[in-house]
Amino acid sequence: MAETALHPQLIQRSATLDLVKKAPGAFYLLALMGVVLTTWTPGFFTAANLTNVALQVAVLTIVALGMTLVILTEGIDLSLGPMLGLCGVAASLMVIAGYPLIAAVAAAIGIGAALGLLNGSLIAVAGMPPFIVTLGTFGIAQSIATVLTGGDSVVRLPGYYRWFNDGIFLAIPVPIWATAAVFAVTWILLYQTKFGRYVFAIGGNRQALKLAGTRVSRYHIAVYVYAGVLTAIASFIMTARMNAAHPTIGVGLEFDAIAAVILGGTSFEKGHGGIAGTIVGALAVGVLRNGLNLLGVGTEWQVAIVGVVIITAVGLDSIRGLNL
Amino acid sequence: MSVQTHLLPAGIARRVDHGVFVVLSRLLAIIVLVVVLAILSPQFLSWGNFTNVMRQASLQFLMAAGLTIVVLTGGIDLAIGAILGLAACLSASLLSQGHLAWGIASALAAGLAAGSVNGLLVTFGRIPPFIATYGMLWIAHGLGYVFMKGEVIYGLPEAFRFIGAGFLWGIPVPVIVALVLLAVLHVMLQGTVLGRAIYAIGGNPSAARLSGMPVRARLIVVYALSGLLSGFAALVVIARINAADSSLGEDLLLPAIATVCLGGTSLFGGVGGIAGTAIGAVILALVVNGMNLLGVQTFWQSGVMGAIILISVLADQVGGSRLIGKRS
Repeated sequence: MAETALHPQLIQRSATLDLVKKAPGAFYLLALMGVVLTTWTPGFFTAANLTNVALQVAVLTIVALGMTLVILTEGIDLSLGPMLGLCGVAASLMVIAGYPLIAAVAAAIGIGAALGLLNGSLIAVAGMPPFIVTLGTFGIAQSIATVLTGGDSVVRLPGYYRWFNDGIFLAIPVPIWATAAVFAVTWILLYQTKFGRYVFAIGGNRQALKLAGTRVSRYHIAVYVYAGVLTAIASFIMTARMNAAHPTIGVGLEFDAIAAVILGGTSFEKGHGGIAGTIVGALAVGVLRNGLNLLGVGTEWQVAIVGVVIITAVGLDSIRGLNL
Repeated sequence: MSVQTHLLPAGIARRVDHGVFVVLSRLLAIIVLVVVLAILSPQFLSWGNFTNVMRQASLQFLMAAGLTIVVLTGGIDLAIGAILGLAACLSASLLSQGHLAWGIASALAAGLAAGSVNGLLVTFGRIPPFIATYGMLWIAHGLGYVFMKGEVIYGLPEAFRFIGAGFLWGIPVPVIVALVLLAVLHVMLQGTVLGRAIYAIGGNPSAARLSGMPVRARLIVVYALSGLLSGFAALVVIARINAADSSLGEDLLLPAIATVCLGGTSLFGGVGGIAGTAIGAVILALVVNGMNLLGVQTFWQSGVMGAIILISVLADQVGGSRLIGKRS
């Protein structure tokens, strides 16, 4: 009630202020990190380090793109981190056991899709809260991955596996191609198809969709399946970069992905946001981590700092929503 | 008469049905577990193992008690494990240097502080509870790592270890501590203004606000209490295991959530109670004990916790609505 009763003069604002307010937090974080790092660390603004950042960010970006769709539906997927570990372990074990690469890749994507299907069904059909469902599959994925390897890393991967990270196609590294391809596919899905319109509608006004008699559950499920498939794709790059697969390699990645999505301007409420912001968000998180490394900040502090950043970003986002 | 039943608020009918389903299904679960384990493992039905299960259940209860109260308000606290870990590290470092009172106070203060921040973020920060507390999870983990620098603290004072490893009249002290806490929290939830406010906020936050309830203030108290109880649980846990390191809290979140879900407290808030969590803790302790007795690899534990969460929430949702369907 109070919101509608505002005096018109209060609502009038300058265009610049509007722009400053509307730009996602990622831009500010990137700008800040850029200034701080270029002044304090000579190593930051070099081609080698920037390429390194881009490669590091590829895995995060791909996972965060899937997470964006999930968050647009007012959901969350905490299982993506362990799922990445499980997909990586499964594909690596298959390759080592002598299966062709294509079979291993298909199996990992199948695992991502199956876990996504489980998540999506329990959320969309059974109506369970997303964070509880995905916390449950978090435990399950983590457990299966650890059991498969006995808690150890999977090493001695065949050399060709490294192509997922080291390969160069038309002078551009494979992870960058993968990120671009995933972005393009996600963009088409989100903005050019019925599926995309339902993603926004599920987050924006699920009640209206239901009352209109639309059967949204399969689109809702598809969102989680898509996030799972993207995570499987990201796992190949991650495994290739580490030259090993480890069951807990992805733990915490879901957290960075959520941070990237929120910093990129996608909101937890009402289906606001989009995937372009997520790219900037992932870059911001990547630069933040890279920068903290360059500044000599230990991993322990990094964990806490990213926690503060995510809370601040969501806090600012919800304060912005108040229309002050 | 038919008019009267028709006029019975749907919420109350649902609560009754939910309660009946939860109680029956949990009783069944305990009976099945006890029978199966008694058949499969000869050691299961011994006094030693019984006290073992009860001690495990009481620790599990202490870790899930604060979470239960938060869940009753319709919120969630994903930071409990991490807060417990941080409180354990701070406290253990002071205790091992011989500062008994300061050691205890530091765990409680750390828990209370982290919980209060959660409460402020959720209310005045308007951040969804699972995000605010998920952020706090990483902050607390990070601070724990920073504080410990990868070290492990062993050897706490004997007097302090009593609350975790001691016996009173032949009963493990943690069991007595858990029973006292259960009684206190039950009375708090059922008989105090705060307790009724917790149910009211969980049942219908808008109604609670419109009826003049200080919802924000109550929620801050609830999250602060959850943090405080995590700090308290940390004391009992380190007294039991006589050591602390920064990874202590890492694997505690899933079991705690599983305990609350097993206890039948609805994740949508307003339905359930602390007694359910005590039952959930007993079931979970039986499951863990069974896995140990049967020699199941510990790698499976997080998967089992995940499956328990999914199955118990799904069962309550499906089972509860079936019963409602039958009645109407």
